[in-house]
Amino acid sequence: MSVWRMARLIAAKDLRIERRSHIVTNQVLPFAGITIVVFAFALDKQNVLQTVAPGLVWLATMFSLLVLVQRLFAVETDDGALDAMRVAGIDARAIYLGKAMALAAQLLLLELLLVGAAAFFYDQSIPSDRTFSGVVLLVTTMLCATCGLAAVGTLYGGLAAGFKGSETLLPLLTLPAVAPVLIGATKAFESAVGTAGAVVSEGWQWVGLLAVFAVAFGVGGTLAFGALIDD
Amino acid sequence: MTTIDPANDQTSPDQSATPVDAVVRGTGTRATRLLGIGTVIAMGWLVAFGLGFSPADRDQKESVRILYVHVPTIWIAYLAFVVTAVASAMYLFTAKKSLGWDRVAGASAEIGVAFVAVTLAVGAMWGRLTWGVFWQWDARLTTTALLFVSYIGYLAVRRLGGSHQQRAKRSAVLGLLFVLEIPLVHFSVRMWRSLHQEPTVANTDLDTQMDGLMLFSLFVGVIAFTLLYFWLLLHRSRTMAMEDILEDRGLDDALVARRAEGDIDMRGTS
Repeated sequence: MSVWRMARLIAAKDLRIERRSHIVTNQVLPFAGITIVVFAFALDKQNVLQTVAPGLVWLATMFSLLVLVQRLFAVETDDGALDAMRVAGIDARAIYLGKAMALAAQLLLLELLLVGAAAFFYDQSIPSDRTFSGVVLLVTTMLCATCGLAAVGTLYGGLAAGFKGSETLLPLLTLPAVAPVLIGATKAFESAVGTAGAVVSEGWQWVGLLAVFAVAFGVGGTLAFGALIDD
Repeated sequence: MTTIDPANDQTSPDQSATPVDAVVRGTGTRATRLLGIGTVIAMGWLVAFGLGFSPADRDQKESVRILYVHVPTIWIAYLAFVVTAVASAMYLFTAKKSLGWDRVAGASAEIGVAFVAVTLAVGAMWGRLTWGVFWQWDARLTTTALLFVSYIGYLAVRRLGGSHQQRAKRSAVLGLLFVLEIPLVHFSVRMWRSLHQEPTVANTDLDTQMDGLMLFSLFVGVIAFTLLYFWLLLHRSRTMAMEDILEDRGLDDALVARRAEGDIDMRGTS
C-alpha cells in the first residue's frame, strides 16, 4: 500500500473517531468560541477590538491547536495504538501525513468558526472595494497557515506523546515554532479586511512566508517523524 | 564530586568522554585545569580592560561597559548552538551512534541557553539606561527571545526520559530541526518589524566608529567567554557521562537487589 493511501486511511480513521466522540464539536469549538469572548472582556474598547481582531483570531486558533494536538495523540497513546501501528509495519511517514491531514481538517473547521465569530463579535468585514481579492487572500491564508500549524503540531505532538509532562511540554515546543504563522497569518488577515488601511497586495508576501513555513515543516516533519516516535 | 568506577560499568560500552581504566574522581583533567586557569586570567583581563582601561563613551557614558559582556555572550551562544547542531548531525549520521556526541550537543545547548540569558539580562539593563525601557519589540530582541525559548524546549525534550540512545536520537533530530526553525523565525520577525516602522531607537552598532581600546576590550571579552565556554563544555559533558553511568548502574544495582530478594525467597520456601 502506498504511503499516501495509508495516510488517507489514517486521516479518515481519526476524523471518524472525532465525529463519533463529539469531543471537537462539544469541547474544542466551544473553547475557541469562549476565548474570542474572553478577549473582548480583556480588551474593553470597541475600536481596540477592531484593530486587533485578526491577531485574536489566530491567537485563539493557536490555543485550540494545542488542545487538538493533545487530543490527536491521546487517542493513539492511551492504549498503545501508535506502537501497534508501527509494529503492523505502517510507514512512519504515512502516520505523520495522515495525522497532519486529520489535524488540518479539524483546524480548518475551527478557523471557519473563528472567522465567523470575529465577523459577529468584533465587527470584521471585507471592504466592498476588495470583495473578491480579499476573499481569495483570506482563504489562501487560512489554507497555508493551517498546513503549517498542522505540520508543526503533529511533529511536536508525536514527539511529546506518551511521556510524563507532555501536556506542558507541547506548548513550550509549539508556541515558539509557530510564531512565524501567528505573525504572517495575522498580517495577511489585516490586509484582507483592511485593518488600519492595509492593502491586499501587502498580504501576499506573508502568504508566501506561510507557504515556505508549511513546506519546510511538512518535509522536515515527514523525514524526522520516524526517528522521533521510534522507541 | 561523585566517584564512579567506570571499569565496573558493563552497560554503556560507548561512553567516550571518560577514561575507562581508572577510577574517575571529578571531571577535571590537566587540560581542563590549564583551561580553567586561562579562563580566570582572561576574565581578570576583561575586568581590568572593561571596567578600568577602556574609556567611557561620549553619549552612553559608563553604561557602554555592558557591551563587553553583552556582545561576547551572544556570539558564544550562537557558537554553542552551532556546536549543538554539528554534534547532533555527527550523532545521527555516523555509524557508531556515539553518546559522546549527544552529550556534547546537550552540554553545548545548556551553556548556550545560559549565555543567551546573560545577554538578555544585561541587554535589558543596558536598554533601560540608554533607551529608557527594559524591552523594545525590535526584530533582533524578539528573535533572540524566541531562540532562548526554543532551546529551553530542546533541553526539556532531553529530560523526557527513556534510554540514553532514545534521548540522543530524539534530541539530535530536534537539534537539527531548530536549525530549520531559526531562519524562519528570524526572517518573519524582521519582516514583521520592517513593515511596521523604522527603528526608533538609537543605533547601537558601534562596529565602524569604535574606539581602538574599546574594540580591544571587546576582543578580550570574546577570548574570555570563549575559554569559559570550552571549560564549561568539557566539564558538563563529562558530568553528563557520569550521570549516564550512574543511571545505568542504578538499574543494575536494582536488578541485583531483586535477584537477591528472589534468592532469599527461594531459600525461605525450600
